[in-house]
Amino acid sequence: MDLAYTAEEEDFRARLSSWLAAVLPTLPPRPDPLDWPGRRAYDCDWQRRLHDAGYADVHWDASPTQRLIFLEETERAGAPYVGANFVGLLHAGPTIAAEGTREQRERWLPPVLRGEEVWCQGFSEPEAGSDLASLRTRAVRDGDAYVVTGSKTWTSHAEVADWCELLVRTDPEAPRHRGISWLAMPMDAPGITVRPLRTLAGSTEFAEVFLDEVRVPVANRVGAENDGWRVTMVTLSFERGTAFAGEVVACRRTLGEIARAARRNGAWSDDVLRRRMGALSAEFRALWRLTQWNVSEAQAGGGPPGAGGSVFKLRYSHARQELYDTAAAVLGPDALDLGREWNPDRLSSLSYTIAAGTSQIQRNIVAERVLGLPKGR
Amino acid sequence: MDFRLTDDQKALKAGVREMLTARFGPDALRAAVASGRLDRALWRDLGELGFFALRLPEESGGVGLGPPEAVLVFEEAGRALLPGPLVATHLAAGEVPGAAEGKTVVTAPGGPFVEWLDEADVVRGDTSGAAPVRSVDPLTPLHRLPDTAAPAAWRTGAAGVREGAPAGPVSEPAVALGALLTAAEQLGSAGRTTEAAVRHARARQQFGRPVGAFQAVKHLCAEMLVRTEVARAAVYAAAVTGDPVEIAGAKLLADEAAVGCARDCLQVHGGMGFTWEAEVHLHLKRAWVRAERWIPRTLAEEVEAACL
Ligand SMILES: Cc1cc2nc3c(=O)[nH]c(=O)nc-3n(C[C@H](O)[C@H](O)[C@H](O)COP(=O)(O)OP(=O)(O)OC[C@H]3O[C@@H](n4cnc5c(N)ncnc54)[C@H](O)[C@@H]3O)c2cc1C
Repeated sequence: MDLAYTAEEEDFRARLSSWLAAVLPTLPPRPDPLDWPGRRAYDCDWQRRLHDAGYADVHWDASPTQRLIFLEETERAGAPYVGANFVGLLHAGPTIAAEGTREQRERWLPPVLRGEEVWCQGFSEPEAGSDLASLRTRAVRDGDAYVVTGSKTWTSHAEVADWCELLVRTDPEAPRHRGISWLAMPMDAPGITVRPLRTLAGSTEFAEVFLDEVRVPVANRVGAENDGWRVTMVTLSFERGTAFAGEVVACRRTLGEIARAARRNGAWSDDVLRRRMGALSAEFRALWRLTQWNVSEAQAGGGPPGAGGSVFKLRYSHARQELYDTAAAVLGPDALDLGREWNPDRLSSLSYTIAAGTSQIQRNIVAERVLGLPKGR
Repeated sequence: MDFRLTDDQKALKAGVREMLTARFGPDALRAAVASGRLDRALWRDLGELGFFALRLPEESGGVGLGPPEAVLVFEEAGRALLPGPLVATHLAAGEVPGAAEGKTVVTAPGGPFVEWLDEADVVRGDTSGAAPVRSVDPLTPLHRLPDTAAPAAWRTGAAGVREGAPAGPVSEPAVALGALLTAAEQLGSAGRTTEAAVRHARARQQFGRPVGAFQAVKHLCAEMLVRTEVARAAVYAAAVTGDPVEIAGAKLLADEAAVGCARDCLQVHGGMGFTWEAEVHLHLKRAWVRAERWIPRTLAEEVEAACL
């Protein structure tokens, strides 16, 4: 049990933090959260700066510990988050790096790292959310292309994306997990209609995507035909792995801000509320330690992060909601004013127990894959 | 950074588990409940194993290990539901003659109660006016201290906690260490009840299938594991850093894990869980007792809050 970082790791941290200290003051102001093209430009600009400074591929090629240090330092310094590059850097990129051919890696990875191309994730469908393997969007082979017809929904960043990691059914006769393929679909192909959906937080961060005989080259398939479910599991393990690690640091910082606000407005003298903040402080510290545990395991195992990610995600998503509910309790009636800080985040936090696999689905995963309980209903 | 257990640590943990399985299995546990007495022979065996002398330097006849190893050993003790003032005796090793070897049973107040007062050879700390209570845990006899004897922070929680720093009893190394080792016992108990629930859920059939195939049961079990693993990360890290605030937070999470998992384990066992014969109630009752020891919930929350 060793929580000390090696000299090499500390050196990486020191170089990164001095670079952050130099670059952060030069960043343009952040665009309004509702301005999607503005956010895309901002997020890509940040990714390009990371690239030029040599930090672009920290999510893929760096050791898990270096990646953890990266997330810790960037959060601590208040640097921008991956934002619109989330899918490219954390899902599609690692998946192509692990499963793609050399040509595919050369075609798709550099533009993601340079912040030039944005990806979205076309997995969920109106009739296939938790039960992802029941997806129906069909791809029929026609020469050197698949002709894709169907629809996707909740597709984050679809409005501003260049590419979509798309799950399609290539063999309708096969058992449901067997007939699926993973395609890279260009979002400007004819036949694609994107209809933005407004979230309860007011933004249009996701969309419905309608696909009407969209031609996707067969060469854009990652992994073998009908082997897409396995490729998808690789993608999802990245999604649930350390993707949220940096946010734990941010949550601790936010909790400190909430406590300071409580000291100013008198809420601090409420014993129940003050102790609730104390308990949350212990919770986020423990979640950070759990992240270090998971990273140590991943570093030793080498492979993609395992079920430890589900344990983390389950607890973190609820803790995050509790954090912003506590903020609302501190704010009192001001919790109804969306102009006050934390209130928009409180709305966004409601998605955490749903997106990337609901809490119920995570519990199934933990019970069946970690504890070995029988499948059933 | 490599947070995982070293090979030596894994071997130590496995060795203690093996010894406790042999020396304090289900039959011994039942016998202990029936007698209500401390098994002195077992106490000496623990002493020989180095349970109490673990952190003493080798020059003083100790094992020369640190809090991380002590935590792993106490986790196993908590798992086995080993009775006795284990923490107080461990803390007394090197200071009270015979404690390190397991020849002397030492108790001490670690909160509003003192445990095993009548059975102990040596009592450290002021226990004047202590009155026996009918302990909820059949394996932990308790005396309650008069309110004036307990430090203020133990009585009120908030008092004595300064802004930005752990004050009051938490800053005393013995209290912090006592809390850490007790948290480790809670962790062991949580792990054990989680395993027991999962084993039962796989074996017990209703409606023609194992009850563990039903989501209502499955999700209880999953939450048990989550609680245990979060507490594990907190307790192990607190053992490595030794930071009193981190220890207070770890105690809070370990208390929640032990109590919550014992409750859920009882639920998963159905009517069988409500019997005296089942081990479950012993885990729950001991978890309640440990939750009041050294750093109770309100104090832990106040210490964490003071540092925000
Ligand atoms: C903010 C946000 C962003 C998203 N971004 C994307 C994206 O970019 N790309 C993408 O493909 N998808 C995205 N999603 C979709 C997300 O993955 C799904 O919403 C999620 O998997 C749940 O599916 P569903 O909405 O169809 O709910 P349903 O599957 O219909 O579930 C409804 C309820 O039933 C419960 N339930 C379902 N099945 C079970 C079961 N077996 N056992 C117990 N309970 C069950 C669920 O927990 C839930 O409470 C996003 C969602 C959100 C909220």
